[in-house]
Amino acid sequence: MSSALRKQRYLLDYTLSSLARRPGKNLGLLLVYTLIVFMLASVMLFTHALRSEAVAILQESPEIIVQRLVAGRHDLIPAHYLRKMGHIRGVLERKGRLWGYFFDPAVKANYTLMVPDEAQPAADEIEIGATIAATRGVGLGDIISLRSADNRPFSFRVSGILDADSQLVSADLILLSEATFRDFFAIPEGLYTDLVLRVRNPRELRTIAEKLILLLPDTRPILRDEVLRTYDAIFSWRQGIVFVLMAGAVLAFVIFAWDKASGLSGEERKEIGVLKALGWETADVIRMKFWEGAVVSLLAFLLGYLLAYAHVFYTSAALFEPVLKGWAVLYPEFAPIPYIDLLQIATLFIFTVFPYTVATIIPIWRAAITDPDLVMR
Amino acid sequence: MPRPAKADLFLLLLALCTLLFLATLFDAAQRRDAAAPQLARLRATVATLALSDLSLFTEARYTRHLSQADRFAAFQDHPLALEHFPSGSLLPPPSLLSEAR
Repeated sequence: MSSALRKQRYLLDYTLSSLARRPGKNLGLLLVYTLIVFMLASVMLFTHALRSEAVAILQESPEIIVQRLVAGRHDLIPAHYLRKMGHIRGVLERKGRLWGYFFDPAVKANYTLMVPDEAQPAADEIEIGATIAATRGVGLGDIISLRSADNRPFSFRVSGILDADSQLVSADLILLSEATFRDFFAIPEGLYTDLVLRVRNPRELRTIAEKLILLLPDTRPILRDEVLRTYDAIFSWRQGIVFVLMAGAVLAFVIFAWDKASGLSGEERKEIGVLKALGWETADVIRMKFWEGAVVSLLAFLLGYLLAYAHVFYTSAALFEPVLKGWAVLYPEFAPIPYIDLLQIATLFIFTVFPYTVATIIPIWRAAITDPDLVMR
Repeated sequence: MPRPAKADLFLLLLALCTLLFLATLFDAAQRRDAAAPQLARLRATVATLALSDLSLFTEARYTRHLSQADRFAAFQDHPLALEHFPSGSLLPPPSLLSEAR
């Protein structure tokens, strides 16, 4: 081994012994430091994974959804709007969608009732999301009773439970036939919740949307790009909000770490004096202190990140669940797919490891260039 | 000269942590591959049912279908209706407010 490397090893050894002389203080610092990195990394990993997954899944959502607005609010859209919009070049398919919300007083949860385009259940049957099945404690063949808009009781046999793996999009879904949906919500024939358009070329979306607004001025076309942007913005915003909430804790840590790293105690000054009197060079003292900063911050970064990875991807971010859940009774059980942004991790590394290491070196350099006799006094 | 035992132990710990860090990247890639069929099923569900939103926030209609919510999302129910759902309070303001004029 080269002598330079051996020298660094001995310096590191000395640094560790020096840290071990104040075990409570340094372990406490390491613990708080790790916790801060853990929180920041957890938020970063979780929001990035969710954002990536949302964008990957919603790539398949309809290219254009047309809503009718009445007095600025979403209203049912007449089926003749499909004829009214006429033939628009580039539109492959257009059809009406039927969906709505239902508040179930039995479990105090909101369901989304929807009519599938293909393979509709029989009139007295429904297919339900896995989360509803778990919350209501029902299985295949069981009966669910719901009260309709005009207070008539409807009994449905559960003919299918949607794939548990698709809970992220189907947790609160109830699929039923068109006739039953119209009867249940008292929606007459000829009205839909909204219209969906399939478009051949995504570059034509804007032009088609502009044509739609001209042809149907009381409607609002929602493009798939806007849906994707909404989800992108939401998770960035949520990450930002959590960071703002954590700013107080982070600042408190910065002050604590800065004070610990940059303020030299009398004991430390004396130590430097003794080292210099024993023949240590200024550069050696600085190297030794550099190791001290590096040991604490590197270890805190690695441990914090590893804990955050385990928290987000092995416990499905159990600590964040109450925040995401809000007041919702139905919350999908899902394990985020680990999409990792290396740039984010590198940013976290730079902002956590570098400042602390630099903060330890500067005061030492000041003490180390002064006369040992003066420092020890 | 005695062996720098503490330094060796620390370097070993650091190497172990770095190895675990690299293992997370490998693990993430593996889990992404393993989740590919599930992702395909999710995409198929979205395509067949023409879904537009995630069922993450089912507490209110405008948080359940975020992309379908009315334009004035902050006060959906009536003028001056205070936002009372935790999810709603975490929604970003409309992008036109933050875009340069």
